[in-house]
This record gives sequence, structure tokens and C-alpha cells, in this order.
Amino acid sequence: MTQRDMTSILQASEPNQTIVSATIENEASLRSAFAAIVRRDLLLAMRRRADVLTTLVFFVIVVSLFPLGIGPEINVLRVIGPGVLWVAALLAAMLALNRLFAGDYADGTLEQMALAPQPLSILVLGKVLALWLTTGLPLVLIAPLLGLQYDLPADSLVTLIASLALGTPVLGLIGAVGAALTLGSRGRGVLVSLLVLPLYVPVLIFGAGAVEATASGLDAGGHLSLLAALLLIAIVFAPLASAAALRIALD
Amino acid sequence: MCHPAAAQNDKPLLMLQANGLECLRGERRLFRDLDFNLRSGGLLRIEGPNGSGKTSLLRMLCGLLSPNAGELRWNGTNIRKLGETYRSVLTYVGHSNGLKSDLNGIENLRLGEGIAGARIDAREAEDALARLGLAACADLPTRLLSQGQRRRVGLARLAFRARCPLWVLDEPFVALDAAVVPEISAMLSAHLERGGMVVYTTHQDVPIEAADHSSLRLG
Repeated sequence: MTQRDMTSILQASEPNQTIVSATIENEASLRSAFAAIVRRDLLLAMRRRADVLTTLVFFVIVVSLFPLGIGPEINVLRVIGPGVLWVAALLAAMLALNRLFAGDYADGTLEQMALAPQPLSILVLGKVLALWLTTGLPLVLIAPLLGLQYDLPADSLVTLIASLALGTPVLGLIGAVGAALTLGSRGRGVLVSLLVLPLYVPVLIFGAGAVEATASGLDAGGHLSLLAALLLIAIVFAPLASAAALRIALD
Repeated sequence: MCHPAAAQNDKPLLMLQANGLECLRGERRLFRDLDFNLRSGGLLRIEGPNGSGKTSLLRMLCGLLSPNAGELRWNGTNIRKLGETYRSVLTYVGHSNGLKSDLNGIENLRLGEGIAGARIDAREAEDALARLGLAACADLPTRLLSQGQRRRVGLARLAFRARCPLWVLDEPFVALDAAVVPEISAMLSAHLERGGMVVYTTHQDVPIEAADHSSLRLG
């Protein structure tokens, strides 16, 4: 329903006017808060390009190390390719997690977010979206190029892109919960990995599984649907869990 | 969210009550059985030596810290139950200014207010900064500013918070030079005048014009 529809309805029914206009106002401020946090984090990423590039370069290097270590055995490379690409994506996603809330926690902006009249979970979702746009999306786009090192056929590469596009946001969302839970604790970097990597296992299985299925001539639809389902579940629950953990960290 | 009526009416419309607040930090009890009432137009100064729990009390008023005993009520309802409604009447300027060091003053204000759900344009942000003597460095990343200048940027957001009746300020005057202190104190008086309320801590004696001025001593 557009805002104009809402207005015409509320003109028709006077008594509900204040309630409906309050809803419109809330919705508008919710949207503007979401847009503001995404814009802020993208702007910060632009100002600190090195941080963004490290994730991508890490991914490229890890993926490229395997063919060098294993040697040019095309059959072996084809078999391990999807798994290596996906494991490297998990590790690269881990790298960015430590920065997700730490900066905001240190400079007091996290406090301001927690005190905003909008639900903190929406702001967390905005932060994860910005994180994905700066660290996840580049990874998705460069993955097919790296897949060529493993001699993956074209249809496998397409599935690889699709599985990474569905899977990497899940990594960010689950990671946000881990990052929020470990905020303010010592040895955070290692702790996040221990907490989050086991939770990444389903994403890894279905992600790499999708590419392997395509490579062996099967339909990847089932794996991709499960990844999409994981994404939907994570979009709903991960921001709520992260927000709760952040409030505990601020207490 | 706005309460302009409060200023015109003599009767106080808004009230923040603390009943038997207790704060424990680790094993230490910072304060207990703390009571106060704050009404529209009321200014409350929290005093006490370092480590007496002033900041903890302010964070408690914001709902960032939950009291170990006792409760806080806004217009008679526990602030825990009010949640987002309470946060929409509240503005907190804490010890850390809540600024991103890579963004300049204008960006910090605009995006900061955006996150709080309000839209302001670059012109308004610039005016607010100019009012606190920051016109020349409004477009510098805040990491290049001095401690006092960053404090000013942090306080500049008060210009957009007239809609929030309750201001909670942790050491607003610290690191500020004498020239800008009267400007901040005038902002606070104006807020009280329109029916807002201010809770603050300070080690400096800064005169703030207020009809209803009380203070609370911790420790």
C-alpha cells in the first residue's frame, strides 16, 4: 500500500487518523534510519578502502594457493574447486566480522544506535547489508574468475555465483550474532571464529554442494533453495539475536 | 513526539521518577535507595566524586543499564515497558561523543540524526555547527579536530533534539573553552523553557537558567 492510499483511507475514517498517520511517520523514519546506517557504513568503507580490499585480496590469495600447492592435476582441481572456493569465502567473511561493531562500540555511536527510537535490529540489518555490499558482493563477482583456475565448466561457474550470492549474506548475518556476542571481550578475533565457523557449516555444505551437483550434471535447485531458506531465516532471526547481544554488551 | 503544550501549561505534563534505584558494578555498590522526581522544565544536576556512579546513573536513565533494584518510570510507566516510545523522548550525549572519526562534522550530524529517524539537510547541520563556533572546520574529518571541538560536534546534535523532552548529558562542559560554555548553557535553558527536562553531570559550576533546579549527590 502506498502512502497516498493510506492518506485517502485516513481521510475517509477520521477517528483512526492519528493512529494511521503515526504509522506512516514511523515507517518513514524507519526507512530513513535504515538508509542512513547503510549510507554511513558505505561512506566509511569508501574512506577506508584498505579494510575492504584486505578481505578481497585474502580471498584471492587463499584460493590461488591451492592450485600452486597441489599442482596442475586438472581432475583433482576440478573436484576440490567448489570446496576450496567456499571455504575461502567463509574465512574471508570471518576477517571482516571483527570490524563490524568494534568501531561503533569504541566511539560511542553504537550507544546512539541503541538509543535510537528505531528497533536496533533494523539498524543491525542495515550494517550487515553495508558489510555485504563492501566485502561479500566483490567476492561473489570475482569468484568465477578464480573458478577458472580450477577448470570449472561454465554452468558450474553460474551455480557458483548463485550459491555465493545466496550464501555470503547468510555468513554476514550469522557472523553479526557472533561479533555482537563477543563485543568487548578479550581475544575477540579467535573467539568469533570458534563461535561462528561451526554455524557456517550448513552454508558450506549446501553452497559447495550446489556447485558439485552442477559439475556432476545434477540439478542444483535443491541446494540453492535450501540456501535461500537459510537466508530468509537468518534475515529474520539474526538481527534480533544480534540486537539482544549488543544490548548486553552495552550494559 | 513533540510536547509544545508543556511550555504553555503551568502544570507539568511529563515526569521521570526514580524509585529506590540501586547500582552494583562488579562487587561494589555504587548507590542504593536513590529516589528523585523530575518534571517538565526541571534541571537535575548529578554530583559526586569520580567513580561514584554518575555515568552509571545516567546510563540507567537511558535504559542502557538496568538497575539492580528499583525502577524508573516515565509518566508512571516503567521505562523497560515503554521501550522505543521512551527512546523517542530521550537524547543522550555520553562521555564518548558518538562521532565517526572518518566523517566530517556535517556528515556526522546528518547521518547521526538520520539513524535517530530524523532528516536534516546540510544547511541545517552547518548552521548548528556554526552556532558552536565550528564553521571553519565543519568539513574536516572529526579525527583532525581537538578534544573540545569534537565535544562541540557531539553537543551540536542537541539543536535537532527539541522534539525529545528528556536530555541526559554526561559532562557536557568538559574540554569546552569559556567562549562556548554560555552558548551550551543557553541551549539548555531554552530547552527547559519549552518544557523539556535536563539531567546532567558536571565538575564545573556553570550557571544554567532554570526555574526548577535540583541536585543529587552520589557517593
